[in-house]
Amino acid sequence: MPATVALTVTRYRPEKESEPTFQTYEVPFRKDWVILDALNYVKDRLDGSLSFRWSCRMGVCGSCGMKVNGTPKLTCAAFLSDHLPGPVRVEPLDYFPVVRDLVVDLTDFMRKLTKVKPWIVRKQERPLADGEYLQTPDQLDAYKQFSMCINCLLCYSACPIYGLEPTFVGPAAIALAQRYNLDSRDEGAVERLKILSGKDGIWECTFVGECTKVCPKNVDPAGAIQQYKLAGAAHWVKSLLLPWGAR
Amino acid sequence: MSGDPHYTLYHPRWYRRRVSVWWWLQNRAYAGFVLRELTSVFVAFFAVVYLWQLRALVQGPEAYAHFLARLGTPLFLVLHGVAFLFVLFHAVTWFNLAPKAMAVRLRGKRVPDWVVVGVNYAAWLFLSGAVAFIVLRG
Repeated sequence: MPATVALTVTRYRPEKESEPTFQTYEVPFRKDWVILDALNYVKDRLDGSLSFRWSCRMGVCGSCGMKVNGTPKLTCAAFLSDHLPGPVRVEPLDYFPVVRDLVVDLTDFMRKLTKVKPWIVRKQERPLADGEYLQTPDQLDAYKQFSMCINCLLCYSACPIYGLEPTFVGPAAIALAQRYNLDSRDEGAVERLKILSGKDGIWECTFVGECTKVCPKNVDPAGAIQQYKLAGAAHWVKSLLLPWGAR
Repeated sequence: MSGDPHYTLYHPRWYRRRVSVWWWLQNRAYAGFVLRELTSVFVAFFAVVYLWQLRALVQGPEAYAHFLARLGTPLFLVLHGVAFLFVLFHAVTWFNLAPKAMAVRLRGKRVPDWVVVGVNYAAWLFLSGAVAFIVLRG
């Protein structure tokens, strides 16, 4: 076991640089340290000017997503010991504008997310007095996997389509749309399909499949998008065969 | 998040990296994906050859003999060999991806991935066998 590990980190200080550079820090190696611990060591002891986002340290908040040796990862879940001997390269997520060092701007995703209506849509809300919308365990099981998304955006960073077509709605937003489509309490599938079957929606995806591989919560956005395509195509055939509103 | 975030698009100081033309050489998965997309060219090649065969068939025995002779030339043999490998890659990669697109649920439980893949391969074997039987019978 080495005593120290080299951490090569992207630096971008817009007030004095026009392009990002790399800076290498030597951090102590501890078996139980994740990359985020090493970054915090740098921030606390070596260089207080290094900027990065983090919060929960336990794979729930989704703020500490970065590229570690080229692969998008939650730095709170990526152990230093899995990246020996180093240097470990830490970069900001791809395809999002870099604000500073390892911090990227997520506004684009936030805007897209609201566009797909990720909430329960009802044609007619039931009066409060009628009680809750009940759901069986099987009905919950139908969408539960897609509901585990923590918006960490590793999937966007792994998606070359999003890189090439920045207007693409993208993996997480579509998976979350599908999460509500599959919810037995929801009635908004047609509304969402109108948004997502158009330009920049599901058909932009060519099934690279990397979004699913990098997802830390096993959401399987690639699967969600392909299932969405199947449902979209079925809806289209139905509307062709039954053009009189019998859908 | 509400309102028009127009300031993000033109923020002068944020750094945006351009995607390299060679992005697909970054890792094996991307390269495999591009290769899989390329296989469609060879699928189209087989379709065109098939149409060409139909046309020769309609034009009579002489044209058909000419078609067969053309297929026997080294150029076409090599082309067919390469196209076959690509089409095989196409079929295998897509069959393996099938369970992602088809979340089949039976009695409330999701059918395991290997069953969906297995059914695809079984159908492939069955249809290939049927075609081979029809072609080789006569």
